[in-house]
Amino acid sequence: MRRITIWLLSTVAAVVLLFSYRTSTMGAGETGSVAAGTDPGGGSWSGTDGGTGADPSAGGATTDGGTGSGGDSGSGGDSGSGGDSGSGGDSGSGGDDSGTATGSVAQTRWGPVQVKITVSGGKITDVTAVQVPDGNRRDQEINDYAVPILRQEALAAQSARIDSVSGATVTSDGYRESLQSAIDAAHLG
Amino acid sequence: MSDRRAWVAQVMGLPVSVHLRGPRVRTGTVEERVARLFAELRAVDAVFSTYRPDSVLGRLRGAPPGPAATADPLVREVAGLCETARVRTGGWFDARRLPLPGGGTGYDPSGLVKGWAVERAARHLTDLTDHDLCLNAGGDVLLRAGPGRPAWRIGIEDPDRPDLVLDVVERAAGAVATSGTARRGAHITDPRAGRPAEAVRSVTVVGPDLLWADVYATAAVARGADALDWLATLDGYAALLVDAAGRVRATPGWPGSRAVSSPLTDGCRGG
Repeated sequence: MRRITIWLLSTVAAVVLLFSYRTSTMGAGETGSVAAGTDPGGGSWSGTDGGTGADPSAGGATTDGGTGSGGDSGSGGDSGSGGDSGSGGDSGSGGDDSGTATGSVAQTRWGPVQVKITVSGGKITDVTAVQVPDGNRRDQEINDYAVPILRQEALAAQSARIDSVSGATVTSDGYRESLQSAIDAAHLG
Repeated sequence: MSDRRAWVAQVMGLPVSVHLRGPRVRTGTVEERVARLFAELRAVDAVFSTYRPDSVLGRLRGAPPGPAATADPLVREVAGLCETARVRTGGWFDARRLPLPGGGTGYDPSGLVKGWAVERAARHLTDLTDHDLCLNAGGDVLLRAGPGRPAWRIGIEDPDRPDLVLDVVERAAGAVATSGTARRGAHITDPRAGRPAEAVRSVTVVGPDLLWADVYATAAVARGADALDWLATLDGYAALLVDAAGRVRATPGWPGSRAVSSPLTDGCRGG
């Protein structure tokens, strides 16, 4: 649990850094560094408690294994590189490597950014922005652009090891946007 | 030395991708085998497509195949398999009363033909024993890997978020088939009620045969509420089910990380 939490939170920190990088890239022309995740108590983890033996068919939430605060401190410069050190102070016990983790709020030049990742079986299954700056039109453009990229990049990092995707019948129209088409494209020719 | 290469073609209205790993994937011999595989799928489609007025099934326009149609050995084989499938699924897979492309209801074996055709077509690669195969036909996957070679890793699509995977299973042989309402809406008919089945959003079945994995997945979606209990009774097959509320459950033999004994099966769907 502890190990995975540390990994998760450092991943969140990295994701936040990535976001900062994207936003700072889009703000080319301006100077100054973008800080990511300097709030020591801002991260949280909610994972499954492997010791409950809950009946999976019973329904209801079983993901409240333990909460902890993770202090990921990182500073992302304009280059997108930063010394992010994720430390998870989780207090959960007997946990499994599944659940959600919310990164600390990163203050960017355009406003606060916070990212949540969902993990199942040790794999990131989703990345969502729980807090993004919104205020003017350009911020909206950043959000529309950067948030999907964040998700794509975090998910692509692990789906790189998937050979194929099984899903409800993919039609020819739907194929172009499918994960399968991306996998196929990597091996064509 | 093992190389990997993919081929993709649109056949039977579906994207079909063939991935091969092995030493000769860039040779004419392998090229020619893959071409034969696609040709076989096209030939099957020319006989069974209910969208083609000139196919055997198109000419029947929903009528069950009579002696004239079953004179074709392929049609006879498929009609026999459809009947076996109806019996094996307790009537939940029933080719006799399905909505037809042109409206109305009638005989449509398409739900079985895909798995059957893919298994047939894959035979063209059987003697390439030093090559591993991963054949994906519109989300249903047939796999083969030689002894000592790495298994294929198959992601199970999240029906609510098709760009994400719910789970990953490793298979060296057999099939992974998924049926559900994610891509085409409620297109699986509950043969008893005669209306679209909606209680189950997605069912993935793993097992030795693609034809049966696909038939069982389709029948489970049609079945709805008690589908998981029924899936757990199938010898040699295991399943992962997502219900209409988004709850994810697996049968005891499920090979992925969402094992039935783990609270994982209910968790982790936030966000």
